Amino acid sequence: MVITVYGPGCARCHETERVVRNVLAELQSDADLQKVTDYQAMAAAGVLATPAVAIDGEIKLSGRIPKREEVKAWLT
Amino acid sequence: MVSVNRRPTPWRLAAGLAAAAVWVLAYRSLAGVARWVTYRLAGLEPGSRAASALEFFVYEAPKVLMLLVAVVFGVGIVRSFFTPDRTRRVLAGRRESAGNVLAALLGTVTPFCSCSAVPLFIGFVTTGVPLGVTFSFLISAPMVNEVAVVLLFGLLGWKVAALYMSTGLVIAIASGWTIGRLGLERFVEPWVFEVRAAAVDEADAPASWADRVRAGREAVVDIVGKVWPWVLGGIAVGAGIHGYVPEQFLAGIMGKGAWWSVPLAVAIGIPMYSNAAGIVPVVQALLGKGAALGTVLAFMMAVIALSLPEIVILRKVLRPTLIAVFVGVVGSGILIVGYLFNAIL
Repeated sequence: MVITVYGPGCARCHETERVVRNVLAELQSDADLQKVTDYQAMAAAGVLATPAVAIDGEIKLSGRIPKREEVKAWLT
Repeated sequence: MVSVNRRPTPWRLAAGLAAAAVWVLAYRSLAGVARWVTYRLAGLEPGSRAASALEFFVYEAPKVLMLLVAVVFGVGIVRSFFTPDRTRRVLAGRRESAGNVLAALLGTVTPFCSCSAVPLFIGFVTTGVPLGVTFSFLISAPMVNEVAVVLLFGLLGWKVAALYMSTGLVIAIASGWTIGRLGLERFVEPWVFEVRAAAVDEADAPASWADRVRAGREAVVDIVGKVWPWVLGGIAVGAGIHGYVPEQFLAGIMGKGAWWSVPLAVAIGIPMYSNAAGIVPVVQALLGKGAALGTVLAFMMAVIALSLPEIVILRKVLRPTLIAVFVGVVGSGILIVGYLFNAIL
């Protein structure tokens, strides 16, 4: 499973990455965490608002920081 | 997310109504509390400068914060009906004119943060939203926002708030339309059009009322949590001006008579960056000291709508020529609004 965090490096994007990383650690998941900071790649994926999170290429959330429970629900 | 589409339960509705009632009672008692704090608790002399400044702060600060909480909550619920993706689908393939109007209106209710300006810009222009229509959205979204409108309403009354909102929309529509007419697509960085933007249907926005209320609460935590120091700082500066700067002090430099004050206000405002929360209390205090409404509104619009950080962000996708046209067109619109209000009010 690949989990992708899209964000150009704003505070909310770092926070999003932190939330996702914590949940991955807590679930001892072996999902692959990728960070995308390139605008071209973001647009190509269809991201309109950052931060955004995608699981296996499917955008799950954009424009806000996810809650831990949300991330858990996507991963399980 | 588990979203069951259901109406609010009676219990939740009752809790909401009770919260609203407490809010109204507290709001109505603010003026009395402010007088009590100033004259009884602090024991200040009625009519003194310190009393005037303190009473202003103790009344205005909680009032504006309470208004913010209520309106941001409401707008948070309204925004749960709109996403940038839905807005894009509405605007894609629109003709200009009608498209500009629609984009400016949607800009006021679509959740937007200037840090997302670039991906949003690319997503819009590569999926068939005309350049000028995209600009109408990008101008209206930061300028006509609930924080600005609440502060203007709370500190200057509904007329000024309505004036700001309607002229802000007109500037967004007219500027976007003008940029569209000028045919400036070649000044967008070429790689933007090479992006094969995927038009993805996002996972659906929260659908149940419980989800929407939660979105409203999150908006309050997020937005009010971020702007409250600005509100307090702005009101503290405003209170200082209110109590200590003599009446009519600014009439000579920022009054109607000084024709050069509007362009100067815009020129100073463009590179400045503050959000509405910090600038409106200062604006209110300036008005009280003889500054003209048009000049002050132009200053405020220039500070909020055009800012150096946003220009730096947009430079990633726009050539300098287009940046200059964007700043020039929006700046001219603000200038016209400033002169117009100085002339008719």
